[in-house]
Amino acid sequence: MTAPSATSIGRKPSTMAQALSRALRDAMAADPAVHVLGEDVGTLGGVFRITDGLAKEFGADRVTDTPLAEAGILGTAVGMAMYGLRPVVEMQFDAFAYPSLEQLISHVARMRNRTRGALPLPITIRVPYGGGIGGVEHHSDSSEAYYLHTPGLHVVTPATVADAYGLLHSAIASDDPVVFLEPKRLYWSKADWSADAPQEVLPLGRAAVRRTGSSATLITYGPSLPVCLEAAELAVAEGWDLEVVDLRSLMPFDDETVCTSVRRTGRAVVVHESSGFGGAGAEIAARVTERCFHHLEAPVLRVAGFDIPYPPPMLERHHLPSADRILDTVARLQWEEN
Amino acid sequence: MAVLEQPGTTDHPNTPPPDWHPRTDPDPLLPERAPYRVLGTPTASRLDPALLRRLYAELVRGRRYNRQATALTQQGRLAVYPSSTGQEACQIAAALALDPQDWLFPSYRDTLAVVARGVEPLEALTLLRGDWHNGYDPHIHRVAPLCTPLATQLPHAVGLAHAARLKGDDTVALALVGDGGTSEGDFHEALNFAAVWQAPVVFLVQNNGFAISVPLEKQSAAPSFAHKAVGYGMPGRLVDGNDAPAVYEVLIEALRRARSGGGPTLIEAVTYRIDAHTNADDATRYREQAEVERWRAHDPIALLERELRDRTLIDDEGIREAEAAAEAMAAKLRDEMNTDPVLDPMELFEHVYAERTTQLAEQAAQLSAELDAEEEGSPYPESQER
Repeated sequence: MTAPSATSIGRKPSTMAQALSRALRDAMAADPAVHVLGEDVGTLGGVFRITDGLAKEFGADRVTDTPLAEAGILGTAVGMAMYGLRPVVEMQFDAFAYPSLEQLISHVARMRNRTRGALPLPITIRVPYGGGIGGVEHHSDSSEAYYLHTPGLHVVTPATVADAYGLLHSAIASDDPVVFLEPKRLYWSKADWSADAPQEVLPLGRAAVRRTGSSATLITYGPSLPVCLEAAELAVAEGWDLEVVDLRSLMPFDDETVCTSVRRTGRAVVVHESSGFGGAGAEIAARVTERCFHHLEAPVLRVAGFDIPYPPPMLERHHLPSADRILDTVARLQWEEN
Repeated sequence: MAVLEQPGTTDHPNTPPPDWHPRTDPDPLLPERAPYRVLGTPTASRLDPALLRRLYAELVRGRRYNRQATALTQQGRLAVYPSSTGQEACQIAAALALDPQDWLFPSYRDTLAVVARGVEPLEALTLLRGDWHNGYDPHIHRVAPLCTPLATQLPHAVGLAHAARLKGDDTVALALVGDGGTSEGDFHEALNFAAVWQAPVVFLVQNNGFAISVPLEKQSAAPSFAHKAVGYGMPGRLVDGNDAPAVYEVLIEALRRARSGGGPTLIEAVTYRIDAHTNADDATRYREQAEVERWRAHDPIALLERELRDRTLIDDEGIREAEAAAEAMAAKLRDEMNTDPVLDPMELFEHVYAERTTQLAEQAAQLSAELDAEEEGSPYPESQER
């Protein structure tokens, strides 16, 4: 078996996939109300092996291979949550989650509000998302904007191994529904992290400054964080000292951390790989402009995927924000006018 | 590499596909060929008088409720009301068949089932009055909110029933849906999940002949909705939806099977929507009055009354009593409706999340300022400061 077993997870270095796996296992061990359901999550351990070993450890009643129907998976999770369970649903791929959107938008996001708090739905919806893995069509979508535009949901995405554990832990513990977006291309990213060490409690809705800098702020999340950090290193040669903010949670949105950074640097670029038009970056740029206008030396710019259907794998590198594209954008932040 | 031989040139034995074996025997799952009826048949004499009287009183109350709610739309007290006149037997008999620990998952036309389950008549109309989206605590009577998006409540019922079974509780979920709702994907997914999981859930299709204006023949080519059960591997039952004790009996049997681990059942109750889709609809655009009259002659209350009178289980006085009780309910509802609900706009931000986000706190402050300004007479909060 090539996939990690529960016992090997504590070993260093760990991958994001291992950290997610461990978060699920710890949540299930701590709370019998936590149930995992989805396609292939049982015997196989999920197509990305995030649920590997869980069925064996906790049984088929708590780790359920469902029929292949995403609306049914999320719809039944609603009923399970109504009866006091804490379902963690796996959508196999970003684009495969779309059949579940009606359940998500019309019920999951609204049930607490509809019932004046009588029926909260503590459901975590794990969605492997984003491109950069050479996936064929329907396997590389960045769907965060659809979720973000739905009041009642939390939208969370980790970018580091430690955050993958901490944020998934908090998502499952949340009494609200959380769309938990897992950047596929970071599943195998590694870090010196051990699940057996004391874990930092990560409340949802707090951004993290991943690199301090003084010239401009790169605001990003999920799969684009490593690209931004790479760009920031390359920028040193250009004389720019870039700060990098990892949002971690798109909803709730951490205006405070973002604006504190931008007010200090005076310049901001939002970076994400989903299409720019109507994307999360538009909201972020608007919020930063509204709150930091008098501190800004230049308009807030965006680096995003093009407004095209996700490209075929042999062309996807042209679509995804690169360090070069980020630096080209940073260069347009009106430096010469100072 | 092996070369495939030409068809007919080999003595390769022709056998069934490997590992194929017959699965569920479909025959015992098939519904009856004609809707199951009790009233007017020889078996009616064994019906419990107390049950018949109770059903009668509840049906009369239900019909009065529909009439009152429709009148309230005409007075502008309700935004809209989807009447279920003609369907009282399906909704009420089904709800009365439930045990206290069971859960009901109604669609938007199932207000009578909700009220029969014990929800306050006024609270069942909150959605349609428009003071909130749901007016009752679902936990008290174990009634999910009236569900507007068609068939989306069915997987909820399956999930809840599944969770109850996993916990070892003897709770059954009853999910109501209409003929139009059976065309939705969630109907299919819910039935499939329920059968695979053997969830203790009962699906009741009230086939009232129309999805707003679209008649049955444009909705489904199935032999009956009950036949759809067979494809999922669960029993299907076909019942006269205007025969209250027949509906009750079929429900009791399905609930018992679900409770004892026998899995889900799909029941089709054949009925008719006597009124238009809602008060805002004009049914003369899509159906003949003669058809409506044929169904008026198969009225659920009249059918039940005939049985009660034939067996001298009720007299004129008993009927007057049932009508007086219904009238009292309607009068109370009218009075309650004539009192404007107390609305707190700030509650709009109250239940979106367990904890209010910073964004919502800011927006709540904005609305609060607007409300203060409204009280002071200006619609422009900031203009007062200039």
